[in-house]
Parts: sequence; structure tokens; C-alpha cells
Amino acid sequence: MNKLGIPGQIVPLAIIGVVVIAAFIAARMLFVPDTFGEYGHYRASAVEEIASQEIVYAGHEACNDCHDDIFETKQESKHRDVSCEACHGPAADHIEAPDEFTPTAPRGRGYCPLCHGYNPSRPSGFPQILPKTHNPGKACMTCHDPHSPVLPHAPEDCSACHRDIANVKQVSHHATLSCRTCHDVPDEHLIQPKFVRAEKPANRERCGQCHDRDSDSPREIPRINIETHGERNLCWECHYPHYPEVGK
Amino acid sequence: MIDNNNKPVNRRGFLGSCSRFIAAGLGAISVFKFGGSLWGQENGQYNPAEHNYAMGIDVHKCIGCGRCADACKRENDVTREPYYFRTWVERYVIPSEGETVVDSPNGGIDGFPETVDKNDVLRTFFVPKLCNHCSNPPCVQVCPVGATFASRDGVVLVDEKYCVGCRYCIQACPYGARYFHPESKTADKCTFCYHRITKGLPPACVEVCPTHARVFGEIGQLSSPLRRFVRFNDLTVLKPWLNTKPKVYYAGADGEVR
Amino acid sequence: MENLVTTMAGNFGGITGYIYPNEYELHWQLLIVIYPYLTGLVAGAFILASLERLFRVNELQPVYRLSLLTALSFMIVAPLPLLAHLGHPERSFEMFLTPHVQSAMAMFGFVYGWYLMVVLLLEIWLDYRRDIVLFGREKKGISKYFYKFLSLGFSDISDKSLLFDDKLGRFITIIGIPSAFLLHGYVGFIFGSVKANPWWGSVLMPIVFLFSAIVSGIALMILVYMVSSLFRWKQMKMACLNKLAEFLIYAMIVDFSLELLDFIHRLYQSEESISILSDMISSRLFVSLIVTQILLGTILPLVSLISARFGKFPDELKRMLYFIAAILVQVGIFSTRWNVVIGGQLFSKSLRGLTFYKIELFGLEGLLITIALLILPLVILYVLVKVLPPWSDVVADQTQSQTQPN
Repeated sequence: MNKLGIPGQIVPLAIIGVVVIAAFIAARMLFVPDTFGEYGHYRASAVEEIASQEIVYAGHEACNDCHDDIFETKQESKHRDVSCEACHGPAADHIEAPDEFTPTAPRGRGYCPLCHGYNPSRPSGFPQILPKTHNPGKACMTCHDPHSPVLPHAPEDCSACHRDIANVKQVSHHATLSCRTCHDVPDEHLIQPKFVRAEKPANRERCGQCHDRDSDSPREIPRINIETHGERNLCWECHYPHYPEVGK
Repeated sequence: MIDNNNKPVNRRGFLGSCSRFIAAGLGAISVFKFGGSLWGQENGQYNPAEHNYAMGIDVHKCIGCGRCADACKRENDVTREPYYFRTWVERYVIPSEGETVVDSPNGGIDGFPETVDKNDVLRTFFVPKLCNHCSNPPCVQVCPVGATFASRDGVVLVDEKYCVGCRYCIQACPYGARYFHPESKTADKCTFCYHRITKGLPPACVEVCPTHARVFGEIGQLSSPLRRFVRFNDLTVLKPWLNTKPKVYYAGADGEVR
Repeated sequence: MENLVTTMAGNFGGITGYIYPNEYELHWQLLIVIYPYLTGLVAGAFILASLERLFRVNELQPVYRLSLLTALSFMIVAPLPLLAHLGHPERSFEMFLTPHVQSAMAMFGFVYGWYLMVVLLLEIWLDYRRDIVLFGREKKGISKYFYKFLSLGFSDISDKSLLFDDKLGRFITIIGIPSAFLLHGYVGFIFGSVKANPWWGSVLMPIVFLFSAIVSGIALMILVYMVSSLFRWKQMKMACLNKLAEFLIYAMIVDFSLELLDFIHRLYQSEESISILSDMISSRLFVSLIVTQILLGTILPLVSLISARFGKFPDELKRMLYFIAAILVQVGIFSTRWNVVIGGQLFSKSLRGLTFYKIELFGLEGLLITIALLILPLVILYVLVKVLPPWSDVVADQTQSQTQPN
């Protein structure tokens, strides 16, 4: 015991205790971040840091500033709720530097089925197709304008009698063509179909209107040289025009 | 379940009212200043105390395209491996007999391959999932250092520079909404795209949702689209018995959803 | 990380049903299994020492100091697995700077600090103070100054002073028991309070943790006492071993009853989670729960302990049975920790699927580090025993009179 009547072992212990507590208080004063506890038990400046993250998706309003024509078309269409960047991808870069960054456009067949491919789990009534049989090989854009999608109505002028052909044709590359593009149909055929026949093309030039290498039809249509291709056969002797196969 | 004063419980509610009072008194002082960028708000100022964000999800409208999950990863630079999602889409298939089948291949980003026999299906639908930004968040409760917190505008955030990476919050989240970021070595989660909403833009997932299955806004504001959503739908939240008081409201969610 | 992901990618067959996408990775792995295992040993060993001191269970006198040193050496290692598992160990001090009072985990630093500094170190210092002062007088060279340093500059070993040591030590023991309960009960609370996880979220969790801690601590002391006696070529005191075995039996019966109660309660309440948990027990946890924890880790050692303690066997055989039982109990308690920590993450919180856990060999959360962390406390204990010999026969008869005061 010392003079104060405190047992001696208390003294070193008390000193250690005081040092530890003092070090703890000092550390708290020194190292706790400045803005900690300003609004709650967190670093208030963290909120600002999180808010300053870079924006990647610019938002459809931003697209409207330059592409107002497309925007307005889309606004009138079934895709009015589909944001531009839902298909074209994030475009904030494009808005900052329009020439350096160009957003992508999904032109193939892979993208649209993400929404429109048949899936029983989708809400009923939502327009869906079976990608395997729906005009295989053909880009969706050929028939559907994504900015103003309307269901392309395959011409059905002859389908009252030729339903089987119409069914095949409407999911083929030739879906949008009228029967009369290729067939000469006399008016009399509609009255007396057995006696007055609608003829198949009698020459190769009929197909050549679109498929000849010199034709001025849209680019994506496959081309051949009708002078040399297939020798003396008519086109439909090898190809089935109601369900043409590509590249074969 | 839903009321206009759906502020987080106890301390936060008190803080909220305090800060509103201060904001009213010292109107000129603002905490945030966002530069006059392209997306800057009209007055260039944002006061978190004036907001309380929430989200509505209409299960009947979701087509399972997965654009939300994809956009989220792009917007927030989330690792593209299929084990890290701030939001994802689940497919529920309830057969006429037997167990409900749920899947979410790559969060739904690459679509949902047909896997079930269509003839046996009783009900089937998609359910987008994300952080529920609970008013009573268990993740915030367990964080030992205050690295995850509910902001004054009702968004549960993670302070990437303060998180010690103990992963207790990941364990405490009943919704699997948190993950451990493999690069920052901290917990990470949906922020409601805090950097967008504070500038008046919707979260990326809401921006790209083609069917308006996701509605973002504030219940407390009459003009907000979310106000209309909660007014005209029968709503549920996920796992309500845990009393986490989620702020992501589901319309048309089946009892099988959990 | 990459390693982990590829391991998982190669094992997708291991996942059954649906798990949330973010659940592919197990967030708490081996290191978090050994953390409650280590703190359990600390709490158990300390509670055993306290029994001797408070309730004057004289048979246990040979293991009193040994228990304190064992508790200290495991205590020093206990935070290491936690630290190694953190994504940012360098930020761990934030738990002291800005502890979140609502978080069970934030209290770790304080509970740990309190227990280490105020309880364990202080009690050991008071208990050894006389020896330290004597060593400081007898030894030569550096070790002389080392012991002088340990005495904290206070060298009064008069009877009056030693009496105060004893009084204060007794007081600290009284504080120490609830502190030890707190230390491990709170580890149980970390798991038991997670309402998101039906496997963890149970009010019994802290109590089960506590009793399994006592079980593991007593079993550890049986092992340490037997091994240390063998190495020192000393005769073990059969009375001491019998007493240890007795306490171990009581603790195990309470522990096992609590676990059974928890199990039956879950089964009877049959809540939403019961079907996925049953699936998990019958597939993923069958070996570690049914075989290792219950059969090998509880029933078998219990039978052998009871028969050895109360049966009429020669001492040689009794010792053998105690030793085997103590090892089996360690295996069982380790499985208990495994089943809690890993088991709680093997099922999805969607309650629709099970995932799997594959132990990595290398890496921070790997098997090698884990083994190292389990061996490290034994190394520390070896050093501690060299520095502060706990044997009553080293500092002759004086020690005897000091540990049995009044």
C-alpha cells in the first residue's frame, strides 16, 4: 500500500487503462472521417461520391434533341414506350461526342426475339413469333420497321382457295409479295378456276426482276446472273418460290 | 403497408424531419451542387430531404426480355459474370402438379430458353428482382461500421470507401440482393441508380423497360407515376413477415414469389 | 476469386433447384467456421478455470493456470481468421472508430477488448504476479529484464499485497464468467439474429453456442492436461481427470438437450423453410451433422465418458477413453460450427434450392491457412507455458499456498 491507501498493483494497471482509453479517444478524434455522422451513422460525403457516378444511359429525352423525326415516328407507334437505348444500347457517350461514338443497331435476327420470341411465360396478348419458323434467315427489319412496327399483312388475295400456299408463303422471304408479282392471273380464273389457269412464270426474267445482278431491287436480295445461272431451266424448276431457300 | 410517411423507422424518421426543418429554415444552403451538365436539374440543386424514392413492378407487364438486368450491368459497370446482379429477372413456372420451377439463367439477360412441357403449365410469369430499399433494412442494421446506410431520400447505399468487406450485410439480406464485388472487395448492390435519380433521370432498368413493367418515383408526390401505380393496383411486397418494409411494390405477384 | 468462379462453373451440377444468382458464392467460408470454434475454446477454458476458483473445486487445481494460459493463447488467435476474411482488413479499425451500435458485429471489438484486457490478461497477471516478481529476482540477463517488465514495475509480494491480488482476482473472475458468456453468447447472437436465414435465426442459438463452447473448452483442457503431463513425464492426477470428465458429461448433456430441443421445435413448428432444411440435412449435411456431429461427436464420446467415469475400469483404460472422447468431442464441436456457418449458406434464401461448398486448398480462405490458424494457438500456448510455467511443482511449495488462499 502506498500513502493514499491504494493497493500498489492498481497504479500500473490504472496507468495502462488511462493510456489505452486516451489512445482510443485520440484515435477517434483523428481518424473518424469529417462528414461521418452528419445525417446518420455514415459518411455523408459518400452520398455525393455515389451521386457523382458517370451516367451511361442518356435517356430518351436526350435522343429527341437531334433525332426528333425518328422520335416522333416512334411516339406514334406501338413502340412508343420502348426507349431508344433499349435497342441501341447506352448512348451517353454518343451525346457527348456524336461523331466519335455511334450507338449500335441490332439488325440481325437475334435481338428482337428477346421480347417477341414465343415464350409461354410472357403475358398473353403480347405479340410473339416462333423464330425458328418465322421467315428463317431473314432480318426482322426487312418486314418490320422497329421505329413504327405494324404487323405486315401478307397479301392474301388468293388465299381463299390457295390457303396451303398462302400459309407457307407468309412466313417466307416472299411474304410481302402479291401472288400477281409472279403469276399472271386472268380475271376469268376467279370464276372458272379449272378451265382458265393462272400461269407460272414462263421465263427467267420474271425472277430476274429482283434477283438478276443488274436489277435495282433492295440490296439484301440474293443475286445471280440470269444469263448463265441454271442453264436452260426455269427458276422454279429448282427453287420453290413460295418458300425459297437461301444460298442453296 | 403503404403510407405517405413511409420513412424508415425510428432514428431516420426523426433525422428526416429534422433535416426538413433545417432545409426550410436555411433554404439557400444546399448540400448538393450538381454542375450544369446536360442532365442537370432546372435549379441545379438537389435536396435529398425532399424525396423518398420507391419502385413499383407490374408482374403482368413483364415480358422477361432481361433488358433491365443488361442495362443495369452496363450503367453501373457490374461484372458481367453470371454471379453478380443488382437486378435480375426470375421465371416462375407452376405446373398443375408438383413443385414450382424457378430459374434465372444469367439473370435473364440472354433470354429464357424453353425448358418446360407447355402442356403441364398451370401459371407462368416473370418477376424482376432488385434491392427492395427497405424502410427497415436488416443490412443496414448489421453493418458494423456504418458503411451501408439509408440515405435521406430513402435509398439504401454502400460506401465503397468505408466498407470493410465482412459480408454480414449480404447474409442479412433476405432477398439475395447484395453481392461481394470481386474487384473492390466490398459489398455492392442496387442504388436505384442514385447518380441518375438525383439528376431527374429514371434508373437505367426503368429507362429501358419496354413495357413499363417497372415504375419509378415517389409515393409522397402526387405527380409521380408511382403514386398512380400504388393508387390503382393491389400491391404486395416480398417476404412481408420479416418486417423489412420494402419499398419495391409488386402488382400481380403470385403467392409463389419469394 | 477466378479460381473460385471456375471451380463453381465446373460444378454447376452441384446446385439443385433455384438459388438467387448472387448466392453462387458462399460468403462466409472456412475462416468463419474456425472463428466461433476458437472463441468457444477460449470461453470454455476460461469458464473451467473460473469453476475452480469460484466454487473451489480443488480437484481441478492442476489445470487452473493451464486453462487461463490456454484461453489466452486461443484468444490471441481468435480475431485472425476474421481479419483474414475481410475484404479490407486495413479498414478493420473502423469498428472501433465508428461502431454501429445496432450491429452485433460492431460490438466484437469491444467485447473482445474487454475480455482480453480486463478479464483474461488481468487475471493472469494477478495470479502470476508473485512468480513474475520472483523470476525477476532470480533470472539472469535479458529474461531478468523481461520479467521486470512483466511485473509492471511493482515488486511488492508481501502477504498483504498478495492477499489483495487474490481478492481482486476473485472479483475479476466473478466479472469474467458473464464476460465469457458474453463473448461466446454474442458470437451465437451474430448468427441467431439473422432473421433472413431460417437455419440461423433462433433464440436458442446463443445458448447452444455457449454450452457447446463449454463442452469444447473442457475437452480441450483434458487433452492439454494429458499431453502436457506426458511431455513432462509427470503422473496425471486421476481425481482431476475424473472431475473434468464429469463436468464434460454434464455440459454435453445440457448442450445436446438444447440442440435436440431446437431440432424438435423446428420440426414441430414445420415452418415454410422446413422442407428445404430437411433436404439439406438429408443430403448436404448428412455426414457433417448426423454422422460427425451427433454420432461421432456427441453420442459416442458421451457413452465412453460415462462408462469410463462411472464404470469400474483400470485407470490406464479410463485415461485412454477420456483421451479418445475428448478428441471426438473436438471433432464434433468443429462439425457443429461447420454445420451452422456453412449449413446456413448451402440453401437458397428463396427456399427453392441447395448449393454446395468446395474447400479451396490455397488462398486466404483455404485449407492451409485454416490449419495454420488452428496450430498457431498451440504454439503460442507452448511459448506461454515456457514464460509463465503453470505447474505448481516448478516454483515449489509457495505456489501451492498462494493458489489456495485463506
